[in-house]
Amino acid sequence: MVEFALPKNSRVMVGKTWPKPEGAKNLRAFKIYRYDPDSGQNPRLDTYWVDMDSCGPMVLDALIKIKNEIDPTLTFRRSCREGICGSCAMNIDGINTLACIYGLDEIEGEVKIYPLPHMPVVKDLVPDLTHFYAQHAAIMPWLETYTTPPEKEWRQSIEDRKKLDGLYECVMCASCSTSCPSYWWNGDRYMGPAALLHAYRWLVDSRDEAKQERLDFLEDPFRLYRCHTIMNCTRTCPKGLNPAKAIAEIKKMMVERVV
Amino acid sequence: MTDFKTPMARALGLGSAHDGVHHWWSQRMTSAALVPLTILALFPIAGAIGAPREEVLATFADPWNAVVTILFLAVMFKHLHQGLQVVIEDYVHHPGRRIAALTASTFFCGLFGVAGVFAVARIAFGAA
Repeated sequence: MVEFALPKNSRVMVGKTWPKPEGAKNLRAFKIYRYDPDSGQNPRLDTYWVDMDSCGPMVLDALIKIKNEIDPTLTFRRSCREGICGSCAMNIDGINTLACIYGLDEIEGEVKIYPLPHMPVVKDLVPDLTHFYAQHAAIMPWLETYTTPPEKEWRQSIEDRKKLDGLYECVMCASCSTSCPSYWWNGDRYMGPAALLHAYRWLVDSRDEAKQERLDFLEDPFRLYRCHTIMNCTRTCPKGLNPAKAIAEIKKMMVERVV
Repeated sequence: MTDFKTPMARALGLGSAHDGVHHWWSQRMTSAALVPLTILALFPIAGAIGAPREEVLATFADPWNAVVTILFLAVMFKHLHQGLQVVIEDYVHHPGRRIAALTASTFFCGLFGVAGVFAVARIAFGAA
């Protein structure tokens, strides 16, 4: 059932305010979601003060600075620090995005950071994305063919290659799927915008020969048709992609099969 | 509770229903049809509000008015039924309550849709 309030053990409590760094003149407040499953306590919102004169420009720079200089227990995922690995996806200032490419100058006032919404939390800003990854694997994210493979390579026209632009760039950060109310309420069965964008990336690939299997797999009131074109996915995508359009194209393919 | 299901088993669930495209397409078609039908049906219905009995009967005895109103009622209740189904599937997750809500919405739309069509037809065929 739709949840109007968080379960009792998930309610976010007022957390600790960490001491301000000494001698700093340009301070900025960061309110960060903390949760430690081993403590048996509810999640809390901690306040950190960061000296902006010695901090990099991105949200991730501030997080790393906090971890290095204030609180080494603060837990988050990060790797490439340039928006290509998708590890540092989190909810920053109310929007799901990548901490490494979201500028601190884009946020007014204190910086509020939460894990991706409506996912089980492993610790602090680290969500459990097991189901999300399994859904991606389920849509067969690879080139599927029946013809004997050519000696060198599967050929594709320049025009057909262009159809993959705006799709192949997805880094699977889960910002879109975790911003989608349909995914919140029915994520167990609804594939979500990220997996569907990947499904379309292979559906539209001129070299792929498994269109029938792919469409059969998706033709389902929950897997595909839970999408109600809410558009949160497209609005939040840190890579500027358009999962809502990819889903609409899949729906058009479905109609093409019956009309 | 740990149930030892693999993540893939959970993601695949019971598999595809191989259903949904007709429902989706029908919802789009009925909504498109309702644009002209609502405008056309508005004239006899609005004209009948507050009018004396004889005048109302005469309005819906007119073949054009009767056909437009019957079409409007039939398509509107069909569209309502489909829309309610999607809303219930979205928000009601308890299996028993979901079935109950879907059944109730089918009964509601069926009853009022048929009653509406029957009422207009009865007048149009001069039985009222």
